[in-house]
Amino acid sequence: MTAKKLNMKEKYSLLTRDLDWEYSYRDYKEIFPQEEFEGIKITDWSKWEDPFRLTMDAYWKYQAEKEKKLYAILDAFAQNNGQQNVTDARYINAIKLFLTGISPGEHQAAMGFGHVGRQLGGVGARVACQMQAIDELRHVQTQIHAMSHYNKFFDGFQDFSHMHDRVWYLSVPKSFFDDARTAGPFEYMVAIGFSFEYVLTNLLFVPFMSGAAYNGDMATVTFGFSAQSDEARHMTLGLEIIKFLLEQHPDNVPIVQRWINKWFWRGTRMLALVAMMMDYMLPNKVMSWQEAWEVYFEEAGSSLFKDLARYGIEMPAYAKTAIAEKEHVSHQAWSIFYNYGHAAAFHTWMPTEKEMDWLSEKYPNTFDKYYRPRFEKWREMEAAGERFYNPTLPMLCQTCQIPMGFTDMEDPTATFYRQSEYDGERYNFCSDGCKDIFDYEPEKYVQAWLPVHQIYQGNCGGAEMEDVLGDYYKINLGVDNMDFHGSPDEERWNAWHNLPSAEDKLKQAS
Amino acid sequence: MSKAYIALQDNEESHYIVEAIEEDNPTATVIYQPAMIRIENEGRLVIKRETVEEKMGRDWEIQALHVNLITLGGNVDEDDDQFSLSWKQ
Repeated sequence: MTAKKLNMKEKYSLLTRDLDWEYSYRDYKEIFPQEEFEGIKITDWSKWEDPFRLTMDAYWKYQAEKEKKLYAILDAFAQNNGQQNVTDARYINAIKLFLTGISPGEHQAAMGFGHVGRQLGGVGARVACQMQAIDELRHVQTQIHAMSHYNKFFDGFQDFSHMHDRVWYLSVPKSFFDDARTAGPFEYMVAIGFSFEYVLTNLLFVPFMSGAAYNGDMATVTFGFSAQSDEARHMTLGLEIIKFLLEQHPDNVPIVQRWINKWFWRGTRMLALVAMMMDYMLPNKVMSWQEAWEVYFEEAGSSLFKDLARYGIEMPAYAKTAIAEKEHVSHQAWSIFYNYGHAAAFHTWMPTEKEMDWLSEKYPNTFDKYYRPRFEKWREMEAAGERFYNPTLPMLCQTCQIPMGFTDMEDPTATFYRQSEYDGERYNFCSDGCKDIFDYEPEKYVQAWLPVHQIYQGNCGGAEMEDVLGDYYKINLGVDNMDFHGSPDEERWNAWHNLPSAEDKLKQAS
Repeated sequence: MSKAYIALQDNEESHYIVEAIEEDNPTATVIYQPAMIRIENEGRLVIKRETVEEKMGRDWEIQALHVNLITLGGNVDEDDDQFSLSWKQ
């Protein structure tokens, strides 16, 4: 008689839960030294339920299938000169920002889950973290691999890893992950597993990747959706950890709520980068940032938080502010990058007339009133040969590290500004959310490596702009940075498509 | 009631899965977006192995859903025969 084939639940139980053993000659606390210091109380790890019940053998089987599909497409993309078929070379700048700003975060997440998985006493949670750590490593590798093709044809990709550790705007995602990885294991799980993966990553990987598809970028949409196929499992793990912590002990509820508040706000600030990628860097538009926010945060988030209400969990603090900012954040972030377009490793530009009309239509309450006049002025300056670049260095928020460019939602023309004092020093914040995070753990955030402070302290290559941008950041000056118009990227693109070069246009005009 | 939802990559295999979902969830809404298909339903959404197999005309394991999955919303419940998403409130 042949043995009966195990069903999914039996297999999960044998190949995951049954891997654990009783610790007979070492003390539990010695093995899992980080399990208690955050104040989280776990009474019974066996109550952990992973609804996906994925075992390692099935994991390798399906991941291998995903990889085969992915690499077949990447090969086809490269063989068919896919780089020439995107809508417009401006679009590639979103991909530069992705490689320098987002992919290294995947690597941080891989290391984070590797560490946290080791620290959790429950075997179900450990195996789920192990899979997620491997997933995140896969994501960073496939992203680098996919984008390496663009590196052959466009500027600004070459030193992404070096830049990630140094460049001012890349300190925003870097500090986000540094903050999570230096927290305890349960805070990390709530930060990355729940607040980021469940509440916010859809905003990055779903509408933006759909946008990449709509702009002819077969390579990016493929790695994006391949990564996202793991993301659904990560989201489920994130929701599971929250439910598990809340069910284990009522004392966990206020701790988890504070982490949700913190990490929702930190994540929202970081997504300002994605907001401007959606609204300004996709030549063919799928949906506006505001629309994406409404579907993936307001609608999906309210279902989620209604579901968690039975545990006493509420919507994140400052969700209201984040909702009000949906009509402003992409325009303000793009303005900051346009201001500092000489200090970025990608190109910026003013939207065309048609693109501004789209923004007016999508943002009827804000674009014409607050942003269009400024953008039209900048466009006029550019036409007059005086493209505006801001020569000063901005003040940064101590927590999110974004230049203080966000405004007060009660008065959208006034910069929002808060201050705290700690140990005789003053610290500046872009929002109440960022100030609260600092005030709760000032001894952590006073250590933040703020790029502007570091430049002024002489730690970034020298006193001149060229020393910092060229030598220290490794930006190829005049090539990677400045406006898209007049860039070598634009020139190459025009040559591929037999479009007149900027020089020819100028000759014709005169 | 909140909407449970799932998004799949827009490809040949997914088309059969979507057909099966439509059959098993008559009130579900199917939304086609560039490169992806989003299906949502009030409260609960279920994918049944048997229906997918019938549409595909071959064996199909529930966990093969992972290959084409983009995102989901709702509490997951999965066994050998079905995969469901639901909100409790």
